[in-house]
Amino acid sequence: MIDILNFDFMQNALWASLLVSIICGVIGTLTVINRMVFIAGGIAHGSYGGIGLALYFGIAPMLGASLFALFLGAIIAYITYQNNARLDALIGVLWAFGMALGIIMTDLTPGYNVDLMSYLFGAILSVTPEDLYAMGSVLVIVLTFAIIFYKQLLAMSFDAQFAKLRGINVTLLYFALVLIIALGVVIIIRAVGLILVIALLTIPPYIAEKFTNSVGGMMVLSSILSALFCTVGLYLSYSFNLSGGASIILVATTTFFLQFLYSQYIKS
Amino acid sequence: MQNDIQINHLYFSYDGATVLEDINLQYNKNEFLAIIGPNGGGKSTLLKMMIGLLEPERGEVLLFGEKPLHVSHEIAYVPQDTIANKDFPIKVMDVVLMGRLSKSKAFATYSKEDKTIALSMLERVGMKGFENQKINTLSGGQRQRVFIARALACEAKIMFLDEPTASIDTAGQIDMFKLLKSLNETVGIVIISHDINVALNYATKVVHVNKTLYVHDVPKTQNFKVFENQNEHVCPVELISATRCNHTHKELS
Repeated sequence: MIDILNFDFMQNALWASLLVSIICGVIGTLTVINRMVFIAGGIAHGSYGGIGLALYFGIAPMLGASLFALFLGAIIAYITYQNNARLDALIGVLWAFGMALGIIMTDLTPGYNVDLMSYLFGAILSVTPEDLYAMGSVLVIVLTFAIIFYKQLLAMSFDAQFAKLRGINVTLLYFALVLIIALGVVIIIRAVGLILVIALLTIPPYIAEKFTNSVGGMMVLSSILSALFCTVGLYLSYSFNLSGGASIILVATTTFFLQFLYSQYIKS
Repeated sequence: MQNDIQINHLYFSYDGATVLEDINLQYNKNEFLAIIGPNGGGKSTLLKMMIGLLEPERGEVLLFGEKPLHVSHEIAYVPQDTIANKDFPIKVMDVVLMGRLSKSKAFATYSKEDKTIALSMLERVGMKGFENQKINTLSGGQRQRVFIARALACEAKIMFLDEPTASIDTAGQIDMFKLLKSLNETVGIVIISHDINVALNYATKVVHVNKTLYVHDVPKTQNFKVFENQNEHVCPVELISATRCNHTHKELS
């Protein structure tokens, strides 16, 4: 087990796992308690449009993806604010639009063919130190936001109308939350792919929710769970020569199913 | 003298269908106001306009002489017991502390004073000792008491409740109304209720809302018997004859 830590790429992968796990623990918890998983999914997929645009116009793909994700996030937050009853359908449209735009723009870019698979499942074993710095910066932003506005976020998530009457600018806070989620999601995609992002945003908070009685506790427990999934997944991927991202997802989903069966068993 | 709530010629419609029509109402916080009426008659819509969660289409609502959202720190709201997030991981204490949001500092944690107030409000609604329980382990009635404690923690002048007894059995409803009645000594109570029989026993003013609004002053001498257990009830016939108003309603037009 120790010898695999001698590889730089493995060390980077583990650092990335840790950073990603904490980001996911915090924004995943906020996503789940606000029932925004579909929103996060829409932003994650749609941000591919940003990658295509960035390649076409020759700017950094990461920058393109982030800006495009923030743009999609703002649209979604606005639609939510309008209280549109067809929010989910509209998110579906943005979801598909972003991916299609991304693929067409890469088609139109001469001499470059981005690997869609690495966007879907990521390339955690080829994370660079620059990626780690970017992830660390986003982690700082996410944590600062969550700590400063903890009270307000808790109140809004639990009962938005009550929060509004207590003088909280719920509209602004919701916008900020969607944008923070967009930023978090997109930085993680680069390293681990968007399918892993969705898995890590939902599975650890879903399990953690059952075992804590505070949102803060849920964030901490989710972070620990996803760090565990990542480490075990990476070890399996190294030992059996499997894809990193997919291994992590299978560890997480297996744990999810076991927990689900166990809770059904307890009930009966 | 200025009324605590003053509603003048208020109209509201959803997608072209008129929900409320020419509503006029005066309320002062020493009163216990019950809003009754059929489902879909506009009760909740009216309440939401009183507290500023909805804007009237025409006409005006004045809370303490101002627009409702400008004085939202002076009022408290107890929503219907429909917990959207059933598994939400939160302790009773943290729910009650939300009532302190507008009084506490924006970027700090809740103060000792906030916590003391929250605990004393839990005691006032008879939920002392539950502060560390997860909210989803409570019964519907207990949860409503926690929401009332949260509203009390706002130290508001008027408390608005939207069908707080919808998911509680008759005995629990009577306890709830007794609690509200005792709170009414210091706080204004405006409540939506579908339990006409119970509401009539405790309210000092009853309005019936079904697109239009009628005010019934509840005569003190004509109080109903209070039902102390679930087996007693008022049959509809008895209720209709007992609540027959001694004034004429203006013609619906």
